[in-house]
Amino acid sequence: MNILQALILALVAIGGLAVVLTRDPLHQAMVASFYGILLALLFFVFQAPDVALSQIAIGALALPLMILLALAKIRRKDANEEPRTRP
Amino acid sequence: MTYLPYYVAAWLFVVGLYGVVTSRHMVHLVICLTVVQSSTYVLLLTIGYRAGAAAPVFVDIPAGTPAVDPVVQALMLTDVVVEVTVTALLLALAVQAHERTGRLDPNDLGILRG
Amino acid sequence: MNPKVRMAIFVVCGCALFAIFAAGLSRLHPVGFAAGPATTYSEFVNSITVPERRITDAVTAVNFDIRGFDTLGEEYIMFASVLGVMLLLRRQPDERDGAPIDKQKGRRIPSPSDAVRILTISLTGPLVVFGVYIVVHGQISPGGGFQGGMILATAPLMIYLSGEFESLRKLAPRWLVEVAEAIGAGGYVVIGAAGLFASTAFLHNLLPPGQPGDVFSGGTVALLNVTVGLEVAGGFIVLLLAFLEETLVRRDPS
Repeated sequence: MNILQALILALVAIGGLAVVLTRDPLHQAMVASFYGILLALLFFVFQAPDVALSQIAIGALALPLMILLALAKIRRKDANEEPRTRP
Repeated sequence: MTYLPYYVAAWLFVVGLYGVVTSRHMVHLVICLTVVQSSTYVLLLTIGYRAGAAAPVFVDIPAGTPAVDPVVQALMLTDVVVEVTVTALLLALAVQAHERTGRLDPNDLGILRG
Repeated sequence: MNPKVRMAIFVVCGCALFAIFAAGLSRLHPVGFAAGPATTYSEFVNSITVPERRITDAVTAVNFDIRGFDTLGEEYIMFASVLGVMLLLRRQPDERDGAPIDKQKGRRIPSPSDAVRILTISLTGPLVVFGVYIVVHGQISPGGGFQGGMILATAPLMIYLSGEFESLRKLAPRWLVEVAEAIGAGGYVVIGAAGLFASTAFLHNLLPPGQPGDVFSGGTVALLNVTVGLEVAGGFIVLLLAFLEETLVRRDPS
């Protein structure tokens, strides 16, 4: 357990807290992408290059993409419904 | 200090659960579930780690050198890929729930309609 | 139950959960503990991948050769989730499809800038080549079907980012992507069944093992990598198409 591993673990713990405390989903998608890259760094430092490759492609790319597409659909529906009165 | 990764895994689990419990937006809830899942990655990674060992890829190192656990890494690999498709499924559910009821707050979803 | 009560219950239970987790996990071996050569399953796997199976990447050997049946289950979890998303985002009887929103006259959305267009179009080719390289070299260096499939799936995304939704639809039509995904998912079972018919076990490694460090080493692992790469890439592109259609093309009944 050298100092680099301890530092990255502390960063991952803080990153997880940051993802949860960001309330707006659009900002949270960006923070989640950064958290994905931090996790990939953690996997590299702990000698797991295969998993790190997978995590970079998925946590930093595919996951924020899905979130942004879902948010775009929700916003489009809200924008279409503006003129109508809602209870 | 030697048990720090285990504490980080437990911390991530509880923090993610806190996000799920106090969430006011369905998409926020789904992202907090990915934080809970990342705690399992940290735990599996730690169980497989051997001090002073190399990555389990023997292309450029001789075949007998001590390496970390490859079985646990294989579990993590498929776990990472399956996570994104399950998250896509949950997001599709959230989009359809918003479509049907017009509300995004999980507390407001209320009674299920057929 | 109002939020304050829920928060209070969570604070108590959350701290108790953290304490139980930390106490339980502290009873495991300390981090980095090594049990000694060939005494555990992982050391055994590490010692046989190169001499017996001729695969230099131990993680790919575990995924596709030594525990190949579990990977079949994981691949089908992915297949089922993609199926679930397509089912949830299908066109409802009261909705209709219109032209994509980014193609209508007088659209408010500006077209992508020239820098984005140059970057994404010039990246598409290298991404496909890199994705195929990672898929095919899975048994030599870190890589394999899952990682390479995700990289391959981002190439159509580059095409969408550089232009309009119609160009993505023309280059990667739904039926073609679905056929590729089905070939990938079914191919795994066909290769396994070939092992069943040729000898005694499902997913038996029938092809010759080859030299470690060669692209065609490991027997059926090379073929399984390709099928899993096809399935992951196809599944992810289908997800992308379903979400984009839902956002850009679906119109409400108003």
